[in-house]
Amino acid sequence: MKFYGEGIPGVDLAELSGRLLVIEGADGSGRSTQIDLLKDYLENTGHAVTNVGLVRSTLVSKELNEAKLGNVLSEVTRSLFYATDFADQLENIIIPSLRAGFIVLADRYIYTLMAREIVRGAVREWVRSLYSIALVPHLVIYLKVSPGQLVERNLRKNATLEYWESGRDLGISRDIFDSFVHYQRLIQREFSLMQDEYGFHLVNGNRSIRAVSRDICAKVEESLGV
Amino acid sequence: MIDRKQKSRSEELVGKLIAVEGLDGSGKSTQVYLLKRWFEMRGLKVFFSEWNSSVIVKKATSKGKKRQLLTPTTFSLIHCTDFADRYERQMLPLLKAGYLVLCDRYIYTAFARDAVRGCSRQWLRNLYGFARRPDLTFFFNTPLEVSLNRILSGRPQLKYFEAGMDLGLSADPYESFRLFQEKIYQEYLAMAEEFEFVTMNGTLQIEEQQALVREIVADRLDLPRYRWKTQI
Repeated sequence: MKFYGEGIPGVDLAELSGRLLVIEGADGSGRSTQIDLLKDYLENTGHAVTNVGLVRSTLVSKELNEAKLGNVLSEVTRSLFYATDFADQLENIIIPSLRAGFIVLADRYIYTLMAREIVRGAVREWVRSLYSIALVPHLVIYLKVSPGQLVERNLRKNATLEYWESGRDLGISRDIFDSFVHYQRLIQREFSLMQDEYGFHLVNGNRSIRAVSRDICAKVEESLGV
Repeated sequence: MIDRKQKSRSEELVGKLIAVEGLDGSGKSTQVYLLKRWFEMRGLKVFFSEWNSSVIVKKATSKGKKRQLLTPTTFSLIHCTDFADRYERQMLPLLKAGYLVLCDRYIYTAFARDAVRGCSRQWLRNLYGFARRPDLTFFFNTPLEVSLNRILSGRPQLKYFEAGMDLGLSADPYESFRLFQEKIYQEYLAMAEEFEFVTMNGTLQIEEQQALVREIVADRLDLPRYRWKTQI
């Protein structure tokens, strides 16, 4: 394995014998469902799996969730808070799991974090350098679902559109619905820009759970040889 | 969209930023306190900010430290988060409002400490790329032994990260602290030129040093500009 850039000091990459799989996609793209199915598939074939996701670190997840409720964090501060959460999980969960030969299934990774920051006006190079500590995954699956479908799925599940996933802080529109659709387009555009460079494997998420899952498992099998 | 790094870095601001750097026990906090008092008595708009003091980030930082959860990278990131919070919410708006902003430790503290902990110097410089360079940075160059004695003579309870215990330099906190401070000192010396530190002789009397600091500040900045315009 390798790091995108400077990486984490003191890590012997040769020791990392596990695999890192990332599933990216918006809320409502079917990410969690697909991760559950993929985990079943992998465990069924005898692999040990570790799940990770954003804002789950021991170090700052509680504080970050609290801060998200009020408008207390400024832009750079929020970026760094997320980066700290990511780094904590990278060092304390992802790297040790990889060292132990596990398959790490990441529910989102640095790409969502980077896209969110860039859409909010952060300098691309700054964000890239910030996340140059990250490991390059073996496979990144990007579940792409049209904003229209995303709305439908989110409303079906929660009957409401989440504040941050709607980019309400950007002041795009006073209308939540418009804000959500516009914001998701902005995020998707960022993902398109990153796609080639970071080698995302695009999966059309507008289809049935089973169809999507079949594609994902096939891709995982092909690229990891599992 | 606003290019926040570029804009905040290069734009000429009405206010001015003065930072003091140096080892623990170098006397920098005393000097910056006296400078602040001088500004206040002269009726200047002044704001003082201390390293590691953001209320929002504090809980996470102290938890990380107490439970020894921090690695060099997360140590660096959480301090940068703390700095960013103070920078975005206070320092930058105050600089725009024409304040003299005094900082007891600035980004160079992170450059020195985190590099000693093994973080890449280039990554650190990029990480803090959003922060303006100070208009004036005083480096209190006090010989290592003097600083160490000031801190260690009371046999204080050294905290784990403060003593640099995470570096595994020594099992003895005092010895670890010594070795850690020495490495930081070397980092400061190596940065002095690159970042145009005004190096102060930390062995002089407090009064002598303060007189020099005030003289340099008065020479570099047009102080009367920073008076309060409104009377209370």
